[in-house]
Amino acid sequence: MNAWIVQQRAAFALALRRLASTPTTTLLAALSIGIALSLPAGGQLLLASLQQLGQGSSATPQISVFMALDADDKASSKVGAQLRANAGIGDIQFIDRNTTQKRLREAGLAQVIDSLPKNPFPDTFVVTPKDTAPEALEALRTELAKLSRVEHVQLDSAWAKRLSVLLNLGRTVVWLLAALFGVGLVSLVFNTIRLQVLTKREEIEVSRLLGATDTYIGRPFYYFGALQGLLGGLVACAIVYAGFAVLQERVAELAELYRMGFSLRPPSVLGTLGLLALAATLGWLGAALSVRQHLRAS
Amino acid sequence: MIRFQNVYKRYPQGLEALADINFGIDQGTLTLLKGHSGAGKSTLLKLIAAVEKPTAGTVLVNGENVGTLKRAALPWLRRNIGMVFQDQKLLFDRNAFANVMLPLAIAGFPPGEAERRVQAALDKVGLLDKARTMPVALSGGEQQRLAIARAVVGRPSLLLADEPTAHLDEDNARDIAKLFYEFQQVGVTVVIATHNEELYAPYAPGRIALAHGRMEVAA
Repeated sequence: MNAWIVQQRAAFALALRRLASTPTTTLLAALSIGIALSLPAGGQLLLASLQQLGQGSSATPQISVFMALDADDKASSKVGAQLRANAGIGDIQFIDRNTTQKRLREAGLAQVIDSLPKNPFPDTFVVTPKDTAPEALEALRTELAKLSRVEHVQLDSAWAKRLSVLLNLGRTVVWLLAALFGVGLVSLVFNTIRLQVLTKREEIEVSRLLGATDTYIGRPFYYFGALQGLLGGLVACAIVYAGFAVLQERVAELAELYRMGFSLRPPSVLGTLGLLALAATLGWLGAALSVRQHLRAS
Repeated sequence: MIRFQNVYKRYPQGLEALADINFGIDQGTLTLLKGHSGAGKSTLLKLIAAVEKPTAGTVLVNGENVGTLKRAALPWLRRNIGMVFQDQKLLFDRNAFANVMLPLAIAGFPPGEAERRVQAALDKVGLLDKARTMPVALSGGEQQRLAIARAVVGRPSLLLADEPTAHLDEDNARDIAKLFYEFQQVGVTVVIATHNEELYAPYAPGRIALAHGRMEVAA
């Protein structure tokens, strides 16, 4: 068998034995790492779920132009032509009053609508402006409100834009948390390995005298760090999955009450594997930094 | 095999451990380093194994100036040198077999061949039946023989021993001396720092005498 593989296997087995020889310390370290990693991981999952709210509506602002209730088809056609001629408008969608009524009936409001003496909805144009700057949107809204037989002009999707901005802010916070806790993980492993190097000083000295390279000496510590990170990652995944299982039903109930198309997204397989790989890599990094510093000094 | 040319060693505290050392040791010989405590015997062995670097002069091992070797090159030198320490430096958290296995694990030997070599080395020093015994359960003589097994398991061309019989009774000391002689007989260069040169008298060793860090007689 290749010498390199033999040594990797031996180092991995030694790292496993060292982890198993101190179960309480190993468990506490895994819990510390897991809890720290679960916060940004859970936050990322929540943000991904919240993003669904914004996906139903375009984050690009739109303007709804409502005709007067008594405006006839001719008036609507005239306004439609004026809108199409407007250079500041990119796209126009016309929703006639009957379509609106039909959609709401299908949405479960048939009983309410049927109880009304006549169709209460106006013809509506949904306009997508070319310039989405707040001043330009406001100017266009004012201009459209002056058109003949137009009753009301409403700037839509502003909430989606606000949500989008909030999500971006949330993402930044999650990344900052992830970076912070990542540094924490590296520090924790660094210190654990430092203590191990100190307790194994005699073995390291003897190994050196027998011809061990720094790589050979450091290898079990690298595996130890990676395994410790991996265990922490598994704890983080367990926390996130448990949180998802506990909250999923409650959030669905809440969303149903508000008729929101929102549900918590379960962690993906790829995301889970990514979290585990990241945790193991950070553990390895902490160990490598510690071993490098302490072997050079000894 | 080994050549010292105008070698000096001064420790940072100012202590001059060796001064103006010149000698040569041929391949396959048995050589004693003799002298009182503090004469510089251990320091001389450390210079050969590049555990210490000379303050001045040249230490050649197999034609290579080990005093100028870079840190990364030291492991390759030491894998060809067997070392027996006065305090044995055994690892007490593993059994005799695992202690002897260590140099082979470091060198990346395949497990099967490594196990055969360890058994052969333990057999050679008479400890095969104690392969699974922890070092703490071995007597002083057995611990020393275990240290020798670990030193020779990699079949080095050079064997260095620092007072290997210092804490042993006469019978054990005689056994150990005979072991070193047997290794010399199969072509290993053996250098032993000792107080007790009479122990090795039957094997007609070469002698290097040190006193206060200087050579007295070169043999």
